[in-house]
Amino acid sequence: MNWRAIWAIYKFEMARTRRTITQSIVSPVISTCLYFVVFGGAIGSRIQQVDGIEYGAFIVPGLIMLSIMTQSLSNGSFGIYFPKFSGTIYEILSAPISFWEATIGYVGAAASKSMLIGLIILFTAGFFVPLQIAHPLWMVTFLLLTCITFSLFGFLIGIWADGFEKLQLIPLLVVTPLVFLGGAFYSIDMLSETWQTITLFNPVVYLISGFRWSFYEISDVGVGLSLFMVMVFLGICLGLVGYIFKTGYRIKQ
Amino acid sequence: MQPMLSIQNLTKTYAGGNCALSDVNLDVAKGEILALLGPNGAGKTTMISIICGIVTATSGKVLVGGYDNVRDYRQARSLIGLVPQELTTDAFETPWDNLSFSRGLFGLPSNPALVEKVLKDLSLWDKKDSRIMTLSGGMKRRLLIAKALVHEPKVLFLDEPTAGVDVELRQDMWRLVKEMQEQGVTVVLTTHYIEEAEAIADRVGIINAGKLVLVEDKTALMANMGQKQLQIDLKAPLNSLPDSLQALGFSLQKKGWQLLLKYQGNDKQVEVGAMLAAVYAAGIEVADIHTAQSSLEEIFIELLQEGS
Repeated sequence: MNWRAIWAIYKFEMARTRRTITQSIVSPVISTCLYFVVFGGAIGSRIQQVDGIEYGAFIVPGLIMLSIMTQSLSNGSFGIYFPKFSGTIYEILSAPISFWEATIGYVGAAASKSMLIGLIILFTAGFFVPLQIAHPLWMVTFLLLTCITFSLFGFLIGIWADGFEKLQLIPLLVVTPLVFLGGAFYSIDMLSETWQTITLFNPVVYLISGFRWSFYEISDVGVGLSLFMVMVFLGICLGLVGYIFKTGYRIKQ
Repeated sequence: MQPMLSIQNLTKTYAGGNCALSDVNLDVAKGEILALLGPNGAGKTTMISIICGIVTATSGKVLVGGYDNVRDYRQARSLIGLVPQELTTDAFETPWDNLSFSRGLFGLPSNPALVEKVLKDLSLWDKKDSRIMTLSGGMKRRLLIAKALVHEPKVLFLDEPTAGVDVELRQDMWRLVKEMQEQGVTVVLTTHYIEEAEAIADRVGIINAGKLVLVEDKTALMANMGQKQLQIDLKAPLNSLPDSLQALGFSLQKKGWQLLLKYQGNDKQVEVGAMLAAVYAAGIEVADIHTAQSSLEEIFIELLQEGS
């Protein structure tokens, strides 16, 4: 294992975050805080409690998930797409490192950034709404697994994309709607039976549900199933990375 | 002795069906400078890209320092330094950070002293903390070379290193390549500039339409394929060429004011002294003498024309 190379890629990516701290960290944190202000403060007070939890507090796990999923996708995809776009990918391809090592470096950095954003949002949320974390270890586990999985998914998008438009296509047209419809702002029990059934096909439901359970011990689906679904999604992403490693898809001619 | 670089039956056909390399075989010795000449699209960059691991070969084998570049890619690639043709640099990083990154990618510990030396050698020291996007084209080219050197490669690939650079930088690069050779580094460079190959290469390979047309010692190539000329300007014009000179191959030029003898560079039968003696023996008075040798460029064009 070429640990120095992994560390070099990780440091390189994290240095980019430091250079663009407003865009990378401050901006998503402020955006999410605005949700707290609007939904938690202004509208939340007029909404009944959900499953016995004050609405402002209820939406915190969903908002954190929304933020870390979109940020992971963005960080993961941009990290690998930009070297492809600029041509500096030649250096990664000609270095004595395996594709897995490069993946760990890029995805590790993307996931670290998202994790940091998630934790800052969590900390900030405490100023706006009453928070409780029933299972801190599970909370961190879900947070970490989601950051890694979506960074990996973003990494795959970055490899697949051959233009900036494609880079945004899946995050904007697929993932964001899935997150909004995945119970970030409501419990799926609030939906009609038909929509509840349809919603269960949305993989994001399982992630948000599991994460919310770690806070308030309430969930739309069983926590074991949530964890299983995260692992399935992670497995699919790893499988696709393996395929790219083997075939050089959109990386090597 | 085992060659530092060995290419065996290398073929590359791209997905669109374009055959960029066709059954190329080549050995390069340790410490040798090989110049690969060829027109655009000849397959030079494809060959280097396959060796370095950027492009996958359709068939064939590449050994670098005895290591298979696919099976033992870590060992093979750790010996290689690559300077790409395009100015593909990062934009927002500094040269210092960029060089440290390159070293890290090769699994090497940080070495500030070496990074400093490389930056100084390439006249980039005063720009070490500037953003790369603010560097000039020539400086970016130097940076790419610095990145290739900072992990102390044993084989250096320079893909058209002097394309679009000024004369001074070109001379600097030639000096650097010679220094690398003195340190035992094997250098393979591709170029459009024949004078570059003529100036620094030990051997010249000519590649055209994916085929390695010829690989030969530069001096031998020029001697074997280069044509020489002996031009003798006369004090008075001749109306006709004496039979004795005609038999030696002379022709009469410039309305009788010049005798011209063309001969192959490796033709040992032609001695300038003997030729002059024959001219004097014919009673001809000589005003001036010139000798000329065809350049590598002329040889290159001739070979390509023969190939097509």
